[in-house]
Amino acid sequence: MLFEGIPIEYFLVTSTIMFFVGVFGFITRENIITILMSIELILNSVNINFVVFNRFLFPGQLEGHFFSLFVIAVAAAEAAVAIAIIINIYRRFNTIEVDNVDEMKN
Amino acid sequence: MEAILGNQVMFVIFSAMIITFSILTVTSKRILRAATFLLFVLLATAGLYFMLNYQFLAAVQITLYAGGIVVLIIFSILLTSHIDHKFDPVPARKLIMGVITAGSGIVVTLITLLSYDFVPNRQEPIAVNMKTIGNSLLSYGDNGYVLPFEVISVLLLAAMIAAIVIAKRKKV
Repeated sequence: MLFEGIPIEYFLVTSTIMFFVGVFGFITRENIITILMSIELILNSVNINFVVFNRFLFPGQLEGHFFSLFVIAVAAAEAAVAIAIIINIYRRFNTIEVDNVDEMKN
Repeated sequence: MEAILGNQVMFVIFSAMIITFSILTVTSKRILRAATFLLFVLLATAGLYFMLNYQFLAAVQITLYAGGIVVLIIFSILLTSHIDHKFDPVPARKLIMGVITAGSGIVVTLITLLSYDFVPNRQEPIAVNMKTIGNSLLSYGDNGYVLPFEVISVLLLAAMIAAIVIAKRKKV
């Protein structure tokens, strides 16, 4: 077993740091594509949590494994639609900085 | 004993990669570099899945995330940005707010996490081979996931059509 000798907390600390780095990027970035990358970081850290809980706490079942599989599929669908929207925004406003796309606010 | 040390060294390498490159992803000034760092984060995550003995999930992670999503992101960067464009530095107020939010989140979560006593379960682990995965994905009842599987396939179809419709040029 390759994970012998590593307590479950170590994995969870790694994924926690990754999650909040993603939150930080989501708050501070201004380009839509980099915001999308932060969302991918957040989804990925959640996946690690699912898989680690499955392996350490319920090794006789596969719930966490399949849930992270479905999360990956949803993330792929989300990225495809988001990028279609980004390309559309670029055509209309000629920029993808969120601060310049405020037409609907007024 | 040596095997355990090897595991720990491998884990430290992977998690150091994950943490460093995810920080670089959200702070890098050039957008294409940020995408490359994201690719490294996703590959290191696949390494963690291999360590946890979920080979199928690691393969999916590499093909779908590293192969699919990162390529899609780079594609859209090339369509919408100038490669040599550098981001302006983040405004100080926004930076402070972000650091406070993320820092307090990390502190609260880590305190909760490290004070909780996880009890590792000693039940017999299932061998996660292709046969088990295929049977579970297409069966119902206990350990069957046919409903989410079908919902995901409809969702993927809908997302594909939606992406085409949104990105299509409107006829004048």
